Amino acid sequence: MADKLHFNLVSPERELMSEDVDQVDIPGTEGWIGVMPNHAPLMATLAPGMVRIRTGSDEKLIFVRGGFAEISPAGLTLLAEEAMPAEELDAEKIALRVKNAEEDLADADSDEKKLSAQQALDRLKELQAAL
Amino acid sequence: MANLKDLKTRITSVKSTQKITKAKQMVAAAKLRRAEERATQSRPYTQRMEAVLANLVAGAKDNPNAPRLLAGTGKDETHLLIVATADKGLCGGFNSSIVRLAREHIIRLQGEGKKVKVITVGRKGDDQLKRLYEELIVWKTNFLEVKQIGFANAHEIAEKVLTMFKDEEFDVATLFYGKFQNVMTQVPTPQQIIPAIAPEGAETPDLKGAVYDYEPDEEEILRALLPRYVAVQIFRALLENVASEQAASMTAMDNATRNAGDMIDKLNLKYNRARQAQITTELIEIIAGAEAL
Repeated sequence: MADKLHFNLVSPERELMSEDVDQVDIPGTEGWIGVMPNHAPLMATLAPGMVRIRTGSDEKLIFVRGGFAEISPAGLTLLAEEAMPAEELDAEKIALRVKNAEEDLADADSDEKKLSAQQALDRLKELQAAL
Repeated sequence: MANLKDLKTRITSVKSTQKITKAKQMVAAAKLRRAEERATQSRPYTQRMEAVLANLVAGAKDNPNAPRLLAGTGKDETHLLIVATADKGLCGGFNSSIVRLAREHIIRLQGEGKKVKVITVGRKGDDQLKRLYEELIVWKTNFLEVKQIGFANAHEIAEKVLTMFKDEEFDVATLFYGKFQNVMTQVPTPQQIIPAIAPEGAETPDLKGAVYDYEPDEEEILRALLPRYVAVQIFRALLENVASEQAASMTAMDNATRNAGDMIDKLNLKYNRARQAQITTELIEIIAGAEAL
């Protein structure tokens, strides 16, 4: 397909990325979403994890935490509270996040919160294992 | 008439004051540029967020199960005022005008028999408000230790406000800050953040007839989005506040520098007159002395 997907990644502090790509895989709270050009309009919440951006044979990995994905005919927009390229991630930072997530889990006072904290923790552990 | 030495000392002191105000003015000008840049950079996120929210709110408006952050508690008894000011002075009437606006609100609300709670952000506003309303201030924070205000700072405040809302400590929250219009004008502005008011005029993308799918469902997303929206609004207010503070500071210091300049001119004139008078007196004395001989 010749079409390209317009991809925007914005954090509260600045716009991090705005370019045309072939495919983006995003970690939704209910599972991975592969977005290609002309995807149906969708709104989803994000789980902490890696966003995979593919342009031709090029592949970029960006870690995001907390936020939303919005897919419209104009393209895909990720609103992430925190985002950083995978190269800047190191085991230490992930370990810190895992520790925070564990604390969140311990602090959770309702089933709902426990579930989301557990999910976040699982994702981070997955990530830790991948590194 | 003031003697020459006194005048000389005054001129020197006004000159050093002018040096300080001039330095502060230049610092403010540099910081203003950076603050404006940051405010611009945060705009895409806010705009997108508003668009998404406007979209969701339109669908949830008549829903009886709408999240309380949107629908409110159904009461209007306790008001929370979040007053954001600067940590430092030397910025003209900037802090005072925000505090004045907040105070008018407090007086009005109390007149209507409502309960008022206050959160102060920034040291200057806290100093001014605690003189009058010490017992109303429930929490305070400032950014004296923070070099550059980040989203994390706003998040912390939002967190506190949201916890209070969950514990039913207030019904309506209003944020006070200095809206940045341009370098000359900063407008103290109240903005209601809880219950959330759907942003007006946000542009929604053209779906070409299709409808959004939601994952998880609409309500869940709205529930997750609203707390973030509160944080985003606070963040934006903080950024605008920084820009406004620097702009106000720049204008105030520019005025001060000019005033100091005028004062130096006046004092110089006075000094020269006094010197002239002294010389004349001395001459008269010499001539009178010579004539007496």
